[in-house]
Amino acid sequence: MRSGSPRALFVFLGRRLLYSAVVLFGVLVVTFAIVQLVPGDPIRLALGTRFNQDAYDALRAASGLDRPLHEQFVSYVTGALTGDLGVSFRSGQPVTLLLLERLPATISLALVGVLIALLISVPAGIWAGLREGRLADGIVRVTSQFGVSIPDFWMGLLLITLFAGVLGWLPSSGYAPLAEDPAGWARRVILPALTVGLVAAAILTRYIRAAVLEVAHAGFVRTARSKGLAPSVVTGRHIVRNALVPVLTIVGIQLATILSGVIVVEVVFAWPGLGRLVYDAVAARDYALIQGAVLLIAVMFLVVNLVVDVLYAVVDPRIRLS
Amino acid sequence: MSNAQRPTAQVGPGGSASVGGVDPLGGPAFGPPSAGGAGPVDDAAPERRVAAWRLLVANPVTVAAAATLAVVVFVALTAQWIAPYGVNEVDVAGALQPPSWAHPFGTDDLGRDILSRVMLAASTSLQVAVVSVTFAFCVGVPIGIISGYVGGWLDTVSMRVVDVMFAFPVLLLALAIVAILQPGMATTMLAIGIVYTPIFARVARASTLSVRTEPYVQVAQTMGTPWWRILRRHVLPNITGPLIVQTSLSLAFAILSEAALSFLGLGIQPPQPSWGGMLFAAQGFVTQAWWMSVFPGLAIFVTVLAFNLLGDGLRDVLDPKQRTRMEARHR
Amino acid sequence: MNVLEVADLHVSIGRTDIVRGVSFALEREQTLGIVGESGSGKSMTVLAATGLLDAPGARVGGSAILRDDRLGLARLIGASPKALRRVHGDAIGFVFQDPSTSLNPLLTLERQITESLEAHRNLTRRAARTRALDLLSAVGIPTPENRLDAYPHQLSGGQRQRVMIAIALACDPGLLIADEPTTALDVTTQAQIIDLVRDLQEQRGTAVVWISHDLGVIGQVADDVIVLQQGQVVEHRPIVELVDAPAHPYTQVLLAARPRLGGSPPPPVDDSGAVLLDVANLDVRFPVSTPTGRAQIHAVRDVSFQVRRGTTLGLVGESGSGKSTIANALTGLVRANGSATLEGQPLLGKVPRDRRRRLAMVFQDPFSSLDPRIRAGDAVAEPLRVHRLRPGRHRERVAALFDLVRLPTAFASRFPHELSGGQRQRVSIARALALEPDLLILDEATASLDASIQAQVLGLLRDLQQELALTYLFIAHDLAIVQDMSHDVLVMQEGVAVEYRPAGELFADPREEYTQRLLAAVPPERPRAARSGR
Repeated sequence: MRSGSPRALFVFLGRRLLYSAVVLFGVLVVTFAIVQLVPGDPIRLALGTRFNQDAYDALRAASGLDRPLHEQFVSYVTGALTGDLGVSFRSGQPVTLLLLERLPATISLALVGVLIALLISVPAGIWAGLREGRLADGIVRVTSQFGVSIPDFWMGLLLITLFAGVLGWLPSSGYAPLAEDPAGWARRVILPALTVGLVAAAILTRYIRAAVLEVAHAGFVRTARSKGLAPSVVTGRHIVRNALVPVLTIVGIQLATILSGVIVVEVVFAWPGLGRLVYDAVAARDYALIQGAVLLIAVMFLVVNLVVDVLYAVVDPRIRLS
Repeated sequence: MSNAQRPTAQVGPGGSASVGGVDPLGGPAFGPPSAGGAGPVDDAAPERRVAAWRLLVANPVTVAAAATLAVVVFVALTAQWIAPYGVNEVDVAGALQPPSWAHPFGTDDLGRDILSRVMLAASTSLQVAVVSVTFAFCVGVPIGIISGYVGGWLDTVSMRVVDVMFAFPVLLLALAIVAILQPGMATTMLAIGIVYTPIFARVARASTLSVRTEPYVQVAQTMGTPWWRILRRHVLPNITGPLIVQTSLSLAFAILSEAALSFLGLGIQPPQPSWGGMLFAAQGFVTQAWWMSVFPGLAIFVTVLAFNLLGDGLRDVLDPKQRTRMEARHR
Repeated sequence: MNVLEVADLHVSIGRTDIVRGVSFALEREQTLGIVGESGSGKSMTVLAATGLLDAPGARVGGSAILRDDRLGLARLIGASPKALRRVHGDAIGFVFQDPSTSLNPLLTLERQITESLEAHRNLTRRAARTRALDLLSAVGIPTPENRLDAYPHQLSGGQRQRVMIAIALACDPGLLIADEPTTALDVTTQAQIIDLVRDLQEQRGTAVVWISHDLGVIGQVADDVIVLQQGQVVEHRPIVELVDAPAHPYTQVLLAARPRLGGSPPPPVDDSGAVLLDVANLDVRFPVSTPTGRAQIHAVRDVSFQVRRGTTLGLVGESGSGKSTIANALTGLVRANGSATLEGQPLLGKVPRDRRRRLAMVFQDPFSSLDPRIRAGDAVAEPLRVHRLRPGRHRERVAALFDLVRLPTAFASRFPHELSGGQRQRVSIARALALEPDLLILDEATASLDASIQAQVLGLLRDLQQELALTYLFIAHDLAIVQDMSHDVLVMQEGVAVEYRPAGELFADPREEYTQRLLAAVPPERPRAARSGR
């Protein structure tokens, strides 16, 4: 009567998928509303001083804003699902194309940032959690509290001052595509990635420490010690493994915070990613572009969290084999 | 410092035995102290709780954080009178001066005194933070309580809405709101308020759910107590702890968000001074005039840190799980 | 030859002395029972003596010497962590109270059993697997070869505790420490675990230290008994002597308070007692959400019973039998089908508020059934306010109710955390009585109290029934206290009413097989050692 059937896993994933679909629908409603809620005529606002009747009529027809609301929504949703996000109010280029151009820069920055965050927070959080109330724990707690409280853009400015200004080791800003100039990319990614990563590390450290603390008092850890196992085995096999299961979910949810940081950091370091694009689009009142970028970032969040849920189910037998 | 609490900690069998000479419970003729062993409930000496504020003041970090915040609030309230210079007192000749006795934080590219601007920006930042968090609290908490208490489809729908809100990075959502409305102080407040509403809804719902399943609430339900009375008498008083903590932490994040928006030029608009705005202006002078970016940034950092530390200290005291550990250490 | 010798053991945390000079010795194949109420320091004693104590800031004094066939003599107090690790799991095995938390949820059973074999015996993976298989079948896990790769959540509570025993015995230790190993289990499972440990002990010659708050259990397992009170040994004798002639007053109190079968049922009531509560075809299903979707639990299946005014109906069953769900259905906490009437007035579905008043409930947990922010007197006055009973005279009424439950009136101004568990439960009873209910539902109302306190609260409930002609629905898992309290008994198993008869008949001559099993599982009054003549 072993219940090792993969059925439970599929049921779990099916439910998660359904849930993501519901949230995605809500996300579509919100992004659709961005254009609709603009007081006045978004196209007139976007064109601003460059207004002329022909351009206005063309854009209005292209964006479908002249049609009834429900028709607009249906065509927005079907368009979004097929990858058609309309045209930029400013340049007239397809929004999808503009977004895809910027995507590699943002993803590479976010990945390096998350990597830095994990490299710092996992050891620091575990170390502090195992030494609750001792000096090491205190140092980690205070440092992480500092990290959570530092405005990321200010840290970016300070890093520029130090490494680009005083020491002159690294360029203060700019971008080189990874595929064409790996060395140039690496030199330029360090500072922004460090900014993103350090702030994220501070947040994650606090969660990991709390998770380790909680598990360290669990009954099965006492059982492990009662077996006379080496401390490294008790820590690695019993404490850390169980603590990292909930942390997995937190890493997914914290991605929203990390992406927030990426937006500002991209502006500080003139990193031509999605954040920079949104920033420019807001300044230019290019609502179609804002709408598309916001949707893309929210979808990235949903996808990563779906992946995290899959991993979660694989790691935890209570879900896999329930 | 723990001695101050000891005298109040003597209740229990001693107390009950003093009633009329006979222990009315026939109870603990034996056995006072307890050591929290496993097994059935101990019937011996219950310990009187240490008052929450006593634990709070016993923590030097929390006290320091509270004192820092008191200073920040004082400066914010009195800045227009105590600031050494006018906020927009331009002195092109004295531009980009490093810190000196006349200008402790130096001057900016227009020769304005940075200390005075940092002081006045404190009032802007705190106003935005307080108004937006109040907004988020007043909208989010009722939603969370009702959704947690009533449950059913209402809960499902409102929590899905909260999930949708959480799918957007905070700053992105704020940016979109600013893009729809005109940038400015009111928009900033509204944007941050909307963005933080779901967080309060979630915290209030989670606390309500845990209180709702407590036997004392169930007892009240079985007695036919009306729902509004249960909410007022049992639920509200027992969820204030987590809400206070969340408020303190949200104030910290609201200040950070306002600074980020202003730094992007989409929050507080010049000439009104704001810490984020000052950093925006400092960007061009990072290498020439470090003081332009260091002092406003430090002001944000210290204020946010103080709110965070205060929130942590409050959590230690108000969260029952943390509290047991604290009390154990305190005795 | 002594396996373990403990001399003058002291444990203190901060300024509190928890264990104060405990000494004992233990031979091969012998079982030492350590009994005491909560806070007596019994777990602390054994954990400190075996070097497994992990309380921050605890100071341990005295000596504890272990004699092991393989490892020779080992000092357990003041030994280095490394020396202790050599002993733990190899020469000493441990079984803890709660099997649901003492196994690692992410590791297979095989991994958890073989860990100590690999650490102490250097067995290969394959050899360790064979050994794990033997162990699983030795502790009575059915089809063990299929269970090696299973995870703890796939087992029942009793099976998990069997796995814990397999882990503890993996390296054939000379000493087994069992810390309340059956407290979290149902009574029938408890009996099985007791038999299992005894059998294994006989086969292997293991010495056992068995900690329990329950003298009944200790009577079934122990040769010698230590009675602990406030960290001191008040009596240390062979179990039969202790039960037959307790010397210390505290031991006498414990023995007198212990719930036993064969007690006297409450005095019979007038047979003309009219039916107060009439439950017919009660059926409850409720949805539970799991990670993989919603499931329905059929908690109560077609249950019917009646309670006559002035009598007690005992509702008895193991965990998951649906007995508490019946209480929740009657008080409107869960939705139910079927019918339930109180003197002809329906109780299920939407019910006017003043009818709710006629049914009052007392819950199990004395800690959480009182709002921590409301003073005891206000808690008792709350029903008066809600139902506008005796307006303007709440103060006198609260004082009278405190009198009724034998609490000093001055306690009205205390907060719940300033009261002991027994006192809190009295406040809960007073609050229930404030409604002047027709029926009082007691859902395991004394189950989490120490035996001596439980006896007092049960005495109070019996007195109140006589004084106020109260009607009780008494829900409990403990057959002995049900016998002491009830006129009629309804036995539940997995949502079904198994047997429903007057208490006297049911206990004298149980008809159903399940009832017989339940009764047989209750630890008998005489210690087992008295019968086996050891």
